[in-house]
Amino acid sequence: MHIPCPHCGPRDSSEFVYRGDATPRRPAEVEAEAVYAYVYLRDNPAGMIREHWYHAQGCRNWIVVTRNTVTHEIAESALACGTSA
Amino acid sequence: MQPFSIFELAKQALSKHRGWQPAWRDAAPKSGYDIVIVGGGGHGLATAFYLAKVHGLTRIAVVEKGWIGGGNAGRNTTIIRSNYGLAGNEPFYEWSMKLWEGLEQALNYNAMVSQRGVLNLYHSDAQRDGYARRGNAMRLHGVDAELLDRARLRQMVPFLDYDNARFPIMGGLYQARGGTARHDAVVWGYARAASALGVDIIQNCEVLGFLRDQSGAVCGVETARGPIAAGKVGIAVAGHSSQVAQLAGIRLPIESHVLQAFVSEGLKPVIPGVITFGAGHFYISQSNKGGLVFGGDIDGYNSYAQRGNLPTAEDVCEGGMALMPMIGRARILRSWGGIMDMTMDGSPIIDRSPVDGLYLNAGWCYGGFKATPASGWCFAHLLATDAAHEVAAAYRLDRFRTGHLIDEKGVGAQPNLH
Repeated sequence: MHIPCPHCGPRDSSEFVYRGDATPRRPAEVEAEAVYAYVYLRDNPAGMIREHWYHAQGCRNWIVVTRNTVTHEIAESALACGTSA
Repeated sequence: MQPFSIFELAKQALSKHRGWQPAWRDAAPKSGYDIVIVGGGGHGLATAFYLAKVHGLTRIAVVEKGWIGGGNAGRNTTIIRSNYGLAGNEPFYEWSMKLWEGLEQALNYNAMVSQRGVLNLYHSDAQRDGYARRGNAMRLHGVDAELLDRARLRQMVPFLDYDNARFPIMGGLYQARGGTARHDAVVWGYARAASALGVDIIQNCEVLGFLRDQSGAVCGVETARGPIAAGKVGIAVAGHSSQVAQLAGIRLPIESHVLQAFVSEGLKPVIPGVITFGAGHFYISQSNKGGLVFGGDIDGYNSYAQRGNLPTAEDVCEGGMALMPMIGRARILRSWGGIMDMTMDGSPIIDRSPVDGLYLNAGWCYGGFKATPASGWCFAHLLATDAAHEVAAAYRLDRFRTGHLIDEKGVGAQPNLH
C-alpha cells in the first residue's frame, strides 16, 4: 500500500506510523461521558475513513488520509495541521 | 443424526460409502424462535449447541450471511492454549481448554484436537521474569505451566537458532496441554451436534436490521430471507461487530483490523508443537497435512479487506528466519487475511447490549479460535439465564466506561498495539 504524502509523494506504508480514526476530537470540557466516547468508542466504518498517519521515516508530518477500509483505495491526503477533521 | 463409530464405518464400507447422510440440516427460516444467534461461525454455532444441550432450549436458530465457517472460523491458525496472566482471562481460557479436551466426545465428531504443546520463547532476563510471573499466575489458577531453560529446549527443539547474535534464545514458557485443533471440523462438529438437537442453521441469510417492539426492545431480526421473530437475539459476528451493532444504533469500543496468516508447502514432520518467537511477533505450528502454518502481527490499520500488505508478510518471515533459519527454503503456498474485532484493551466482550433483548459476543481480537467452546458456553449461559457466567464475568461492555480494563499486554487504548 502506498500512502500519498503531500510533501514526499507516494511512499510505502511501512514508512508511516498509523494512529487511527481522525474523526474523534478531544472534548473541550473534561466530562466523563465525553472523554469515554473520545478515548474508546469508534464508528469503525466499512468504507471511507479519515485517519491519521505519521510519516516517521520521511518528512515527519502528521497527515490525514481518506481511505476505503474495504478496498484499501486512497481517495486523498492532506497535512493534518490546519485541517479540521 | 448418524453416529460416527467403527461399526458405522464398517457398515458404510459394505455399501461402498453411499449411505452417509448430510451432517446437518440446511434449514429454511421459520417465523419465530426463542433465541436467534446472528453469525454461523464457531462461536455462534457453539452458543446454539450449548443452549440446546446445557439449557434444554429447542427453538433456536443460527442465521449466517454466507455459509457456516466461511468467515474467521476459516481464517485462523488453529492454536488452542490457556496461558494468560490476568485473573479476568485465565479462568475463562482454561474453561475453554477443558471443553476442548472433551469436545470430540461431546460432539461425536473428530475435531482433531491435538495437545502438542505451546512454547513461548524468551530472549532476555526481563522477559524470563515476565514469563515466570505469567507461569506462576497460571499455576495459581490450577493450569499447567513450566519454565524451561536452554538445555531443556535444546533437547526438545534442537533446530532453533539459539545463538542468534541479537536475540539469543534463553528459554521458554511451556504449556503442554496447549496445541491445535482442526478449524472447520470444529464448525462442522458444532453444526452437526446442534442441528441434531433441533437448532435451525440458516445460511445465506444476512441480517439487515433489528425488529423492535413498542418499548424499543429487540424482538427479532430483519433478514435477506424475511423477518424472523425472536425472544432474544445474540450477535456473534466478530470482525463485523461494529457493523451489526450499528443496525441497533450501538457504537462499540472496537476497530476492525486485518491479520494475515501463511501456509507453506507440505513438509515431513519438523515442528513438534506450537512455537512463538519472543523478540518479535511470530508463531508457527505444523498442520497434520505437513504445511507450516504461521503468522505474526496485525497489519495495524483499519481494514475489512480480508487481505493484507507486504510489509507485514516480510516482517513475519523475518521473525521466522531469526528463530528457525531451517524454514528459509520452504515455499509459501498461500496466505490469507482475517478481519479482527480489535477492542481497546485487547480482551473480548460477552455481555448484554444497551438495547433490551440484544446480547453481544464480540471483540475477540486475534484470539477467538481458542475461545470457541467457552465463548459458546458462556454466551449460552448469558442468553439463557440473563446472568454472566462466572468465568466470563469480567468481559463486560461497560468496563471501558468504569475503568476495569483487562489489558493483558498493557498498551492502553490503541487497538493496533494489542
